[in-house]
Amino acid sequence: MLRLPPFQYLAPKNLAEAAHMLSQEGERAMLVAGGTDLYPNMKRRQFTPPVLIGLRGIPTFKNISGSAEEGMHIGAGVTLTTLAEHPLLLAHYPALATAAGSVSTPQLRNVGTIGGNLLLDTRCNYYNQTEFWRHSIGYCMKKDGDICLVAPGSPRCWAISSADTAPVLVSLGASVRLVSVRGERIVPVQDLFRDDGIHPYTKATDEILSEVILPSATGWQSVYLKLRRRGSFDFPILGVAVSLSASEDGTVSEVRIVLGAVASYPVVAKDAATLLIGQRLTPETIEAASTSAARRAKPLDNADLTMNYRKQVATVYIRRALSHFLNSNYIK
Amino acid sequence: MSKQEQNRAQPVHPYTIVGTPRAKVDAYAKVTGRAVYADDILLPRMLYGRILRSPHAHARILSIDTSRAKKLPGVLAIITGEDLPQKFGILPSSQDEYALAIDKVRYVGDPVVAIAALDPDILDEAIKLIQVEYELLPALMSIDEALAHPEVKINDEARIGNIHKAVSYEFGEIEAGFAEADYIREDWFYYEGNNHAPLEAHACVAQWEPNPSDPIGGKLTLWTSTQTPHYVHRELSKVLGIPQSHVRVIAPHVGGGFGGKSDPFSHEICASELSRRTGRPVKITCTREEVFLLHRGRHPVKMWIKTGVRRDGSLTAMHFRSFLDGGAYGSYGIASTYYTGALQTVTYTLPCYKFEGMRLFTNKPPCGPKRGHGTTQPRYAVEVHLDKIAFDLGIDPVELRRRNLIEPYSYTVNGLRITSCALGECLDRVVERSGWNSFHADKQIVAAGLHAENGASSAVTTVKRGMGLAASSYICGAGKPIYWNELPHSAVQIRLDRSGGVTVYCGATDIGQGSTSILAYIVAEELGIQIGRIHLQTADTALTPVDLGSYSSRVTFMAGNAAIAAARKLKEQLFQVAAERMQVSPERLYAVNDVIYDEDDPGVTLSFEHAVQFAEARFGALVAAGSYTPPEGIHGDYKGAGVGPSPAYSYSTCVAQVAVDEETGEIVVEKLWLAHDVGQSINPLLVAGQVEGGAYMGYGEAVMEQQIFRKGRHKIPSLLDYKLATTLDTPEIETILVEIPDREGPFGGKEAGQGPLNPVIPAIANAVYNAVGVRVDEVPITSDKVFKALRNQSQGKGMGLQPSPIETPSPWPTRLIKWQPEEHQSAMKRQSDHTSLQEGVL
Ligand SMILES: Cc1cc2nc3c(=O)[nH]c(=O)nc-3n(C[C@H](O)[C@H](O)[C@H](O)COP(=O)(O)OP(=O)(O)OC[C@H]3O[C@@H](n4cnc5c(N)ncnc54)[C@H](O)[C@@H]3O)c2cc1C
Ligand code: SF4
Repeated sequence: MLRLPPFQYLAPKNLAEAAHMLSQEGERAMLVAGGTDLYPNMKRRQFTPPVLIGLRGIPTFKNISGSAEEGMHIGAGVTLTTLAEHPLLLAHYPALATAAGSVSTPQLRNVGTIGGNLLLDTRCNYYNQTEFWRHSIGYCMKKDGDICLVAPGSPRCWAISSADTAPVLVSLGASVRLVSVRGERIVPVQDLFRDDGIHPYTKATDEILSEVILPSATGWQSVYLKLRRRGSFDFPILGVAVSLSASEDGTVSEVRIVLGAVASYPVVAKDAATLLIGQRLTPETIEAASTSAARRAKPLDNADLTMNYRKQVATVYIRRALSHFLNSNYIK
Repeated sequence: MSKQEQNRAQPVHPYTIVGTPRAKVDAYAKVTGRAVYADDILLPRMLYGRILRSPHAHARILSIDTSRAKKLPGVLAIITGEDLPQKFGILPSSQDEYALAIDKVRYVGDPVVAIAALDPDILDEAIKLIQVEYELLPALMSIDEALAHPEVKINDEARIGNIHKAVSYEFGEIEAGFAEADYIREDWFYYEGNNHAPLEAHACVAQWEPNPSDPIGGKLTLWTSTQTPHYVHRELSKVLGIPQSHVRVIAPHVGGGFGGKSDPFSHEICASELSRRTGRPVKITCTREEVFLLHRGRHPVKMWIKTGVRRDGSLTAMHFRSFLDGGAYGSYGIASTYYTGALQTVTYTLPCYKFEGMRLFTNKPPCGPKRGHGTTQPRYAVEVHLDKIAFDLGIDPVELRRRNLIEPYSYTVNGLRITSCALGECLDRVVERSGWNSFHADKQIVAAGLHAENGASSAVTTVKRGMGLAASSYICGAGKPIYWNELPHSAVQIRLDRSGGVTVYCGATDIGQGSTSILAYIVAEELGIQIGRIHLQTADTALTPVDLGSYSSRVTFMAGNAAIAAARKLKEQLFQVAAERMQVSPERLYAVNDVIYDEDDPGVTLSFEHAVQFAEARFGALVAAGSYTPPEGIHGDYKGAGVGPSPAYSYSTCVAQVAVDEETGEIVVEKLWLAHDVGQSINPLLVAGQVEGGAYMGYGEAVMEQQIFRKGRHKIPSLLDYKLATTLDTPEIETILVEIPDREGPFGGKEAGQGPLNPVIPAIANAVYNAVGVRVDEVPITSDKVFKALRNQSQGKGMGLQPSPIETPSPWPTRLIKWQPEEHQSAMKRQSDHTSLQEGVL
């Protein structure tokens, strides 16, 4: 068994205390919620923080409030199991419940949180390896090395944004509350990400994600599809999240198509959405939008199955996600 | 009532314990976490050990500097290759491993330095302080590269280039056989290797007990998660230079092996040596990554088959070639090479058969035996190849197989003796239970209907269903031991205590398959006692008589027969005194449920305890032993005939139903039906467990598992990235037990541990073809391959995805051995009729 490196564990009792500790400890500290992403990474020495600040003891982090009409507030510490089984989410934000329920295994969903999922470290199969493995290949620029092993000529890291809920939350138009000793701010989830495999988040190091805010679901429908080799356990190698609102005659008034696991951030397929707005969903309009959206998927050889395959089935998955609304009689 | 019970013919046997489903004797200990595994062992003053492994696939070691690590407080010993210069290996013919590399490393993960320290954190630090200087050598990572670069010599065991072993056989007249054929087909197949992935990682604790008054200096005990304590015992003694009499190897509870714990390993030897040097116990527990690097898993094999058939589907000739990617060392590889060819003849009757095989060294972790050892890959190839032939000839694939079934109690063209065989019944049962005929009839109607409507696209879904079938056979124990000698393959001792306790001693190693439970059931059945009073001592080279180990599906058959033999001796003594006390003749006595009674007058009884006391008073201490050696006359008399023979063969058939998405290539295996000819199940629940385990494992191998490499390294050495099926992924499995007792098996029993895996992979492959009409002649059949195959087909580029052929060396780099069965069979038959029944064989 791989062992955790030594660290000091701090257990704040509320958000203010947590923010205070984080600002005190500075760069030495990392936050941990469920630890299902961070601990394995620490065991492989991707991170060796001398201090961990545990968020489990913050009572408000477990709250869920609001309604489908006015929108919902989900505490950062709500577990994926809770999300996957929540009746309001299942009824009104089904894509989020599906995405949460598709993460990993039941055991990990019982401890893994929505906050941790959004802020999951980016992934790459040259990087998610043990210290021995990375040493043997000479490391890469994301940690301890100089070059990118996937694209050796590249000046940047292409590690993949692999959180299932991330594309869904972007497509739902959700935002997050970030809290620090300096104050708090609310940012759209989309703005939480940046196109950089090494520094994928715009969150400042002293900020804590306290909650996810979902906008009203009225008039919206959503869907999430996930590609992976194994039906259980696996990270997505493609995620397709779509949220859509249509007028009574079936004309699409708004739609957001977001692709997960095809880049270092959730990719919003704007052009494809534009093709659909003002149109009715038909096999033809769907095909055109899918082809357009799939162009945004540029997988590299750093995840499971072949790049070509991941690229080629993107069209199919996007088409199916959109066709879902056709089948579910999207006009309400 | 569970499914396997429903599917079992009503018991016709006269047993009280044998044949009834019940929990394993250690079930409670295991499910409550009480069972002690190697890594659970903590001894006073124990140190922790670790191995520094090669970061390079192929390199010369220029220097090793351990001086800085040695100075680190808490480091107690460091050893390198020169401290353990004796070569070893599981096979006497492949003694090519060092406990720690000398001069050269041959794969990423090859052990180089071993350290013992006070705790694992110190090990972390110490390992970073060791400096090894390497000179890189070119690494060969595939069969093709190994063949193409004979000048890069990986392992000195290879006589020509990197060819570790080449074999060539012709049984019967192959050319005449092909001349008789109406149709001949050739195919290439590739089976990518995979790891056993037992949930328990390898672990061991070594304890050297110094004793200055003993000229040897002391005794060594090693607790290790192994399937073969006997062979670890041998090799430890050899490498450490300690006589076997001074070494004790104990296998505690083992958390799965599947063949991956059948070799003696570097970490076992190093822990022992570190313990000897420090005088303190040393534990080494491997990481999951190390399990992938120790490997000894399924060989990647490229295969070519050419088969001749008559119009009616009867086989006239088969020519089979296998190319095995062996990794860097020998391990069981020579046996694996033979196994890729030896059992082709055991399932279907082949009038003539030619087999050429070769194993190549590559710069990868060594391959070895995995469940189905060496037979899984060819079985996949043969069963898919036959399916293609059936299709070509327009014969139902079930029919084609039925026409060629091997006869019970016969000899194969390569001289193997077949005893009981219920393959025909297995076929019937699996066809019936799966609804094979109606599935295919409906499919044709649907196809015709769609055609008529010209594919009314709205009704057509992208998911297509298919059903495929395959059959197979497997050995019930290797007929020959690894070291050829006259000694028994298994032995059991039983001691009866005047308290009524019964202790059974046997070297058999329970790796989760339930071999310890089987000993208890058999002894309880024979003595007519309750299982609860039996104490079991197993897998301890100092306490238990030798059983060769849990490999080749040999334990129930061999230890079972030995247990019967031992128990019968004691029963005879008990009945003798009981008969006198009860004043009836011993023939009328019957023992069941701790009571001996008169069959003609069941009111006349004597308790087991009393019988034991009377017997001990009469005969002295009550101890008996039984042993088992496979019969003679079960194989041909050519060189290499020792791999393949077995005292019996099990038979299995599988039907798989799959759903394939034509647009994405994604496969869902919906259901597996598996019929298994087990002779007689000793405990049907455990047999069903093995069948389901085989089905599950075969499913994973068929559609997801891959031991793959990139840039010289294992690409995915973790249980997240190496795709092992979980319970959630596993399809529904219907187990069908076919019980026609074998004449020589214990109570008629045969193996169940490995055989049922073999038909699963080709059944799934055939089902995928049946579903979408493309062949992916490569395992695993992943969605990206199916996708590509469908693309190829729609673009008119062939029937699917076929592996690239290997340019066959000409001439084949070894002498052809020709062998004619007729000359020997009559002689063998005469001999086997007279073979004195082995002790304990029913
Ligand atoms: C075997 C395995 C399979 C997995 N499969 C999937 C999968 O299929 N899909 C998927 O999306 N994920 C998967 N995961 C990843 C992980 O389990 C989930 O993403 C989970 O939601 C992470 O949540 P956590 O609370 O455990 O995060 P943690 O590990 O506690 O934290 C993850 C990161 O987020 C930061 N963080 C956590 N909470 C906060 C906060 N409130 N404010 C600021 N920073 C915070 C931490 O500092 C850390 O950097 C898998 C993990 C494993 C081990
Ligand atoms: S994308 Fe390149 S730099 Fe980033 S983790 Fe992978 S190999 Fe390293």
